[in-house]
Amino acid sequence: MDNTTTINDIQFSDAAMAEIQRYISHYPPDRKKSAILPVLHIAQAEFGGWVSSQVQDKVAEILGIAPIEVYEVATFYTMFNLKPVGKHVLEVCRTGPCMLRGADQLIEHLEHRLGCKVGETSADGMFTLKTVECLAACGMGPMLQIRETYYENLDPDSTDKLLDDMRNE
Amino acid sequence: MGRKILTEHINVPGINTLEVYRKMGGYRSVEKALKTMTPEEVVEEVKKSGLRGRGGAGFPTGMKWSFLAKPEGKPRYLVCNADESEPGTFKDRVLMEKIPHALIEGMITSSYALGARTSYIYIRGELMFVLRILEKAIAEAYASGLLGENILGSGYSLDLHVHPGGGAYICGEETALLESLEGKRGNPRNKPPFPAVQGLYACPTVVNNVESIASVPWIVNNTGEEYAKIGVGRSTGTKLISAGGHINKPGVYEIELGLPVEEFLFSDEYCGGIWKGRQFKAIVAGGSSVPILPAQLFLKTAEGTPRVMTYESLSEGGFVSGTMLGSGGFIVMDDTTCIVRNTWNFSRFYHHESCGQCSPCREGTGWMEKILHRIEHGHGHMHDIDLLVNVSKQIEGNTICPLGDAAAWPVASAVRHFREEFEWHVKHPEAATQPGAVYRGAEVASLV
Repeated sequence: MDNTTTINDIQFSDAAMAEIQRYISHYPPDRKKSAILPVLHIAQAEFGGWVSSQVQDKVAEILGIAPIEVYEVATFYTMFNLKPVGKHVLEVCRTGPCMLRGADQLIEHLEHRLGCKVGETSADGMFTLKTVECLAACGMGPMLQIRETYYENLDPDSTDKLLDDMRNE
Repeated sequence: MGRKILTEHINVPGINTLEVYRKMGGYRSVEKALKTMTPEEVVEEVKKSGLRGRGGAGFPTGMKWSFLAKPEGKPRYLVCNADESEPGTFKDRVLMEKIPHALIEGMITSSYALGARTSYIYIRGELMFVLRILEKAIAEAYASGLLGENILGSGYSLDLHVHPGGGAYICGEETALLESLEGKRGNPRNKPPFPAVQGLYACPTVVNNVESIASVPWIVNNTGEEYAKIGVGRSTGTKLISAGGHINKPGVYEIELGLPVEEFLFSDEYCGGIWKGRQFKAIVAGGSSVPILPAQLFLKTAEGTPRVMTYESLSEGGFVSGTMLGSGGFIVMDDTTCIVRNTWNFSRFYHHESCGQCSPCREGTGWMEKILHRIEHGHGHMHDIDLLVNVSKQIEGNTICPLGDAAAWPVASAVRHFREEFEWHVKHPEAATQPGAVYRGAEVASLV
């Protein structure tokens, strides 16, 4: 998606539109804006793991609200990526209990293996490494999330195997 | 072995399905409430039970329900707060993941009591896999007549929906949650008006935690009096405790309130003691927002009374020598833990998660994080320690929502109980560059 992309170029798949309509039906007819977070999640999954301003404009059009209303939400919630990301986004929990069980070491290990720092994407475009705050896996740390899956109780070997599996996916 | 109310069947194969859940006695409370009780009678049972909000605040659930405004012409809503994001706390996730129908049953029975015709489960967006589990279970409930029009022929109708959040801890605060559910940034609202008067879409709304709602079916089935017989004093019933950190058996445990803390921490039935044969140094017992306690003050109060797992016992001594049960998120630390680093980690969390609406919180959390960062990284000054305490006092009580308090208490309590450790960090800046350098007491302070 580049700067020449317009809102007319953004088209959700039929399955995604059906899911969007299902969410919209959950709220009173005059409260379609309530569906903004579910729709942004669907949009992010649909368009390469991030929500460009054009995608956000499309979300506003679908919900019948002003684009600024989408921008202010998309920038508030940390789950929405506002820049392009790699094929796989690794989100490592770095908070309290995970730190006690080795999150810092896991992050160092991943930086070394991926050749990039937190916030960056590996040179091959496969992985974006992020740190996040508490993923409700406090007894199972260190852990990371990739899309909708949690990988818990990680050590260097299991982490390496995970990366290999993702590369071969 | 303590009595189990929420987790009795959690390991039964297939308990996530409606078929197995019903075989285990599930949804009896819906039958009983909708066919034999008035909504007011259900509310009364919950009041009698003494159930207190399990999200952390501990406010009596039945009393909260009775505050709900009942004007004609406006819908009423029940919103389940499943935005569990408090470091140390993962009990609701496990409950929803393993036994989703327990929450759905509670939502139906509770919605009936409150007169809600549409209810929402607001779940943190990161738990999309749990959302899928809940949606599947809700579809099963609709298909068997437990949701939708005229539930079980009772004349009562209810729609239940799951709503994903977007990764903001602040949305666990009930008014921020409602703002978020309305499609806005999760900025907390000023109270009053409280949600019971003006909640979702400016309609009367009750916001309850997952564990609270999941406890309602047992109360309806067995009566509030029976529930109140479990536990001690005003801490009635059972409580889910999520235990993590430096223990042998991390996990979620259901305990009867009143269990001795020492038994919970060291017995094989629960946490199994401190890992790797190390010493117990400190604990955060109610999720990261509650004051940290040194081991000796956790096991016994300043007066020497053994602590038990109740709201009252853990808070005995106030914040001088006590803490809070909160959400029951145990973060256990062994003697290799650097309290300064741990405090910096929590402070970074609260700075990151502040919504930025109130200046004391927005600026203060960042300020505390910076001070802690420089102490931890060998650039601190002695006066930084008092500055930390001063900043925390400027935040505490001066914000719209409790996130400011949650950010201030861990810092203030860490300095209160572990001041020597902060001073040691300032005196030994070289420790910052040496892995494993941890304060071990004034007499033996050394780099290891």
